[in-house]
Amino acid sequence: MIEIHVLEKSGKFAENKDVSREIRIREIWPALERNEEVVLNFEGVEAATQSFIHALISDILRKQGDRALERMSFKSCNETVRKIIGIVVTYMQEGA
Amino acid sequence: MKIHIPNSAFLGNIDPFLRSYNPSEPEILEITANEKWISVHPLVLSMIAARGLTLNPQNIRFEKLEAKSRHYLVRMGLFKLLGVESGIDVVEHEEAGRFIPLSLIKTSEDLSRFITEMIPLLHAGPEQAKTLGYIISELVRNVLEHAEAQNGAVLCAQYYQKSNSIRIGIADTGVGIRKTISRFHQAPTDLEAIRLALTPGITGTTSREGGTEQNAGAGLFFIKSIAAVNRDFFVLYSGSGFYKLLKKSSARRFSLKADPFKDRHSKSEDMPYWQGTLVGIDITLDETAEFTRLLDAIRETYSEAIQERLRASRKKPRFI
Repeated sequence: MIEIHVLEKSGKFAENKDVSREIRIREIWPALERNEEVVLNFEGVEAATQSFIHALISDILRKQGDRALERMSFKSCNETVRKIIGIVVTYMQEGA
Repeated sequence: MKIHIPNSAFLGNIDPFLRSYNPSEPEILEITANEKWISVHPLVLSMIAARGLTLNPQNIRFEKLEAKSRHYLVRMGLFKLLGVESGIDVVEHEEAGRFIPLSLIKTSEDLSRFITEMIPLLHAGPEQAKTLGYIISELVRNVLEHAEAQNGAVLCAQYYQKSNSIRIGIADTGVGIRKTISRFHQAPTDLEAIRLALTPGITGTTSREGGTEQNAGAGLFFIKSIAAVNRDFFVLYSGSGFYKLLKKSSARRFSLKADPFKDRHSKSEDMPYWQGTLVGIDITLDETAEFTRLLDAIRETYSEAIQERLRASRKKPRFI
């Protein structure tokens, strides 16, 4: 299992999509390919944009579907971050 | 090009000002102003700055400003950004107020730095700062990713004590919404392109539902939703298309619409041609709805929009 501390990379306001893309490509995908569980720890992240979360997880959800959600979890999310993740997961499940 | 700064131009009454913009002779920018008083939305300043930045400073002609409030243009950094002399003596130790002067953002790193350093200047509460950061991030990233604007995004913002609101204006001189959206969608007019850009799940990067790994086509819908929930103005102007989300009375129950033309709005498809995109938004701080409540409504509306598009794309039985 790997735990990724989002705050260290994104700062308190997670909005930089280049950062989320880097996390996705360099950390999440390799871990999933090794069949490891991934924990995205949002402790200290006060807010995130939909664009940030989309760039972080949408590609994974599209390619792995619900299986991705069995191997990826979201830790210490405040209500805002939790809801943004919920929105992205919903539209990817419904539309993709 | 000619721009006349009127006595008053805020999002509620900005239409005549925008209609007076004259884009002919693009190699020269002539700026005139009301002689008595100038009181304008940050969008007006961002617009002038963005257009001026496409020119050599020698080709920008400012009529001598007589209006008592002309210092405002200096304070917002208009002359400095354009590299032209203001001819206005600025009174030292003037009340600084709560504003973000005209700023140029060209890279993703510029934007992250800007959000960290500039938003605190508006002294908004934590919940409101979250909303402001959200708006600026999504709008400027749109410019950086889609507009192909040589000068990036030009923006400024101002807090207005009387209305307890923050007003933001963002301008670019890039390819415009229609060119971006038309890469994957049918947009016969600039106004139709604006409509598509405001619809959740429609992006200029793919026709696929859910977007690409980097773009969902949700940014502008979120921003319009923030304005709708807060019952504030939101303006989007690109090419000859113009869309304005109108204020709603607080007595009316808020509801989000996936189709921007179903919101209370005004629109036009024969505005003077603006090469690029302009976005203006007002955020009334008293009315700032809790961000998390807004997200619930967005989730619901977004979901309905996807379902509707999926239903529409399904094959129907043929009755012959």
